[in-house]
Amino acid sequence: MKDSRIRGAEIVIKSLVAENSEYIFGYPGGAIMPVYDALYDYADQIKHVLTRHEQGAIHAAQGYARVSGRVGVCIATSGPGATNLITGLADALIDSTPLVCITGQVASALLGTDAFQETDVVGFSMPGTKWNIQVRRVEDIAPAIAKGFHIAGTGRPGPVLIDITKDAQNALGEFSYVPCLGIRSYRPYPVVNMSEIERAAEVINKAERPYVVFGQGVVIGTAEAELKAFLDKTGIPAACTLLGSGALSEDHPLYVGKLGMHGNYAPNLLTNKCDVLIAIGMRFDDRVTGDLKRYAKQAKVVHLELDNAEIDKNVRCEVSVLADCKESLPLLTAKVNENNHADWVSKFRELEEDEKSAVVSLDLSPTKIGLTMGEVIRYINEFKNDNAVLVTDVGQHQMIAWRYFKYKQTRTQITSGGLGTMGFSLPAALGAQLADVNRQVVCVVGDGGIQMTIQELGTIMQTKAPVKVVLLNNDFLGMVRQWQQLFFDKRYSFTELDNPDFVKIAEAYNMKATKVSERGNLRDTVAEMMSHQGPYFLEVVVEKEDNVFPMIPTGCSVEEVRLT
Amino acid sequence: MNRYTVSLFTENFIGILNRVTLIFTRRGVNIDALTASESKEDGVHRITIEVTTTEDQVIQIVKQTEKIIDVIKSFYYLDEEVVYQEIALYKIPISSLDPGLEKVIRQYNARIISAEKEFVVIEMTGHKEDTKALLEILQDFNILEFARSGRVAVAKPMGTIAQYLNN
Ligand SMILES: Cc1ncc(C[n+]2csc(CCOP(=O)(O)OP(=O)(O)O)c2C)c(N)n1
Repeated sequence: MKDSRIRGAEIVIKSLVAENSEYIFGYPGGAIMPVYDALYDYADQIKHVLTRHEQGAIHAAQGYARVSGRVGVCIATSGPGATNLITGLADALIDSTPLVCITGQVASALLGTDAFQETDVVGFSMPGTKWNIQVRRVEDIAPAIAKGFHIAGTGRPGPVLIDITKDAQNALGEFSYVPCLGIRSYRPYPVVNMSEIERAAEVINKAERPYVVFGQGVVIGTAEAELKAFLDKTGIPAACTLLGSGALSEDHPLYVGKLGMHGNYAPNLLTNKCDVLIAIGMRFDDRVTGDLKRYAKQAKVVHLELDNAEIDKNVRCEVSVLADCKESLPLLTAKVNENNHADWVSKFRELEEDEKSAVVSLDLSPTKIGLTMGEVIRYINEFKNDNAVLVTDVGQHQMIAWRYFKYKQTRTQITSGGLGTMGFSLPAALGAQLADVNRQVVCVVGDGGIQMTIQELGTIMQTKAPVKVVLLNNDFLGMVRQWQQLFFDKRYSFTELDNPDFVKIAEAYNMKATKVSERGNLRDTVAEMMSHQGPYFLEVVVEKEDNVFPMIPTGCSVEEVRLT
Repeated sequence: MNRYTVSLFTENFIGILNRVTLIFTRRGVNIDALTASESKEDGVHRITIEVTTTEDQVIQIVKQTEKIIDVIKSFYYLDEEVVYQEIALYKIPISSLDPGLEKVIRQYNARIISAEKEFVVIEMTGHKEDTKALLEILQDFNILEFARSGRVAVAKPMGTIAQYLNN
């Protein structure tokens, strides 16, 4: 009789195929070689993208996951391959991005002996994963992967890591894939408590100046339509967090802007004027709240949140509704009264005018000679489609791009929010583009951040992913320089960069590349880039010492948001 | 600051204790004592952790432990909400065995659980304050070694983990 058993390595690939994974982002090495060998025969069923660094692989998987809404998959070898994943794990955990990461491990007989390329990956990754496990037996591989996908993709999503010893990869076992449907110790979707809904509705119905602040929970829960329905019925103005952008179109009449340190003026200031603050799928990050002791103290807080550990963590609420907002929002919408808060909404519009004259017009239509980051984004808006994805790195350009990009659709904002990982954007943009090759994906990056993962231009070249890279070059670690200027007496300690010829680098990677230093060419070049078929690299030389405003300095209250 | 007993019901998988303690470490909360054992439910382990901290911290810690995939449910209690005990062992040289020691043993409701050629081992069950008091007295008897367990505790409130699991 023919032996129906296959190697553990092949079980890994078959399990990923069974989960309908479309892409693996990875990098080979000794301890994962059996899996790579098995992969060789599955090229028609699953695509592998060879990045240039494991950090690139995991950020690409994150970009892919966040645009597609599916679990991103990433593979690395033991030791340094696995430790190179750590930044991405921490990033995915804090930004709730579903990932399954598979690492090779030395043979089980060598565990604990300091064998070549052995590291305690499970130990290293424990605080950076939603769940992790080491698999040492071939029969445990498929169940671990099934459990991993279930955990990564349900509830509040997050990264999982499965470390598989080489002997388990090489051993023979039967393959039968049983998807994981539940775990007794893990209840990802709490049942809505109707009395909480009723109390929330009561508080909201009595409110005179209610205010909605929403975050990425709306995107993760695919509750965009439910949010809109709630707002349309109640007439409540709504502002978003950095990762909530896109969940509500900026064209919506009740959309009033962005929250946080470099968000908009009115949404921050009026946080301390509302009487009921309705937080939906957001976690009151300190970059949103500023000084907690002076944050929305006058307001009753209603918190719609899936993760119980977020409730009352930073801001105490009057009513909490512990559930996926996809479920709780429609129930709440049914109980709240139709209303109109036109006077209250007009307060936001008035302050918006102040921000326009003090900041926005100078950013978007500058009169000075040097180019601003804002005007670059303005032209991107002009030539982008509604579903274009913006991927940003970390720094001034991230805040400016966020402030001015016109978000019309969900899953168009990809950035490292919670961790603020420089180097995130280039690989994440690649993954975002592969999630949908027909969408425009624009990567806006600084001259500091691009050099943290610049090697991924090689992956863009090899995959031909038509990513548009927009480098906003100020020859500074701009955001740090801004802080040095404002809070450290302009002592520019190690923030100025002698930069290479970026266009030459991009060209060496076979990319169409252009540098713009004058306003006259900017609009046309952006237009050309946005309609270009393949990858495109645009370097824009911007003013060296521009600052991002409005700003809530660290330790200040949202009320102290500064326009200059 | 109060003394709290954190009681966790978990799966018995490798690494679970590590994940639990990381949450305390991250918030800079010192673990005063820790015990782990099986529970009444098949395959359900319980971890009992004693900490001195604020109520805010202990609430956050308990909620964060519940996010650990292999944690079934976590609770926290003040001392008056649990029945708890610790066990202490004292190693005394045989040369210290005299009527004075016998009196102390009786007085503290302790007992000798092992007698060897060179030493005896005394056992006492009680709260930390009591076992500590005995330790101090036994200093006069040239005590050689002392060890005390973490607390084991059962909650006074009547809800059970079995009910939770059946839900
Ligand atoms: C990996 C990492 N290291 C350091 C930082 C701290 N940091 C935040 S913004 C910034 C400057 C970014 O400079 P650049 O990429 O040139 O962008 P700009 O602010 O000039 O737009 C630095 C160093 C970080 N966020 N991530």
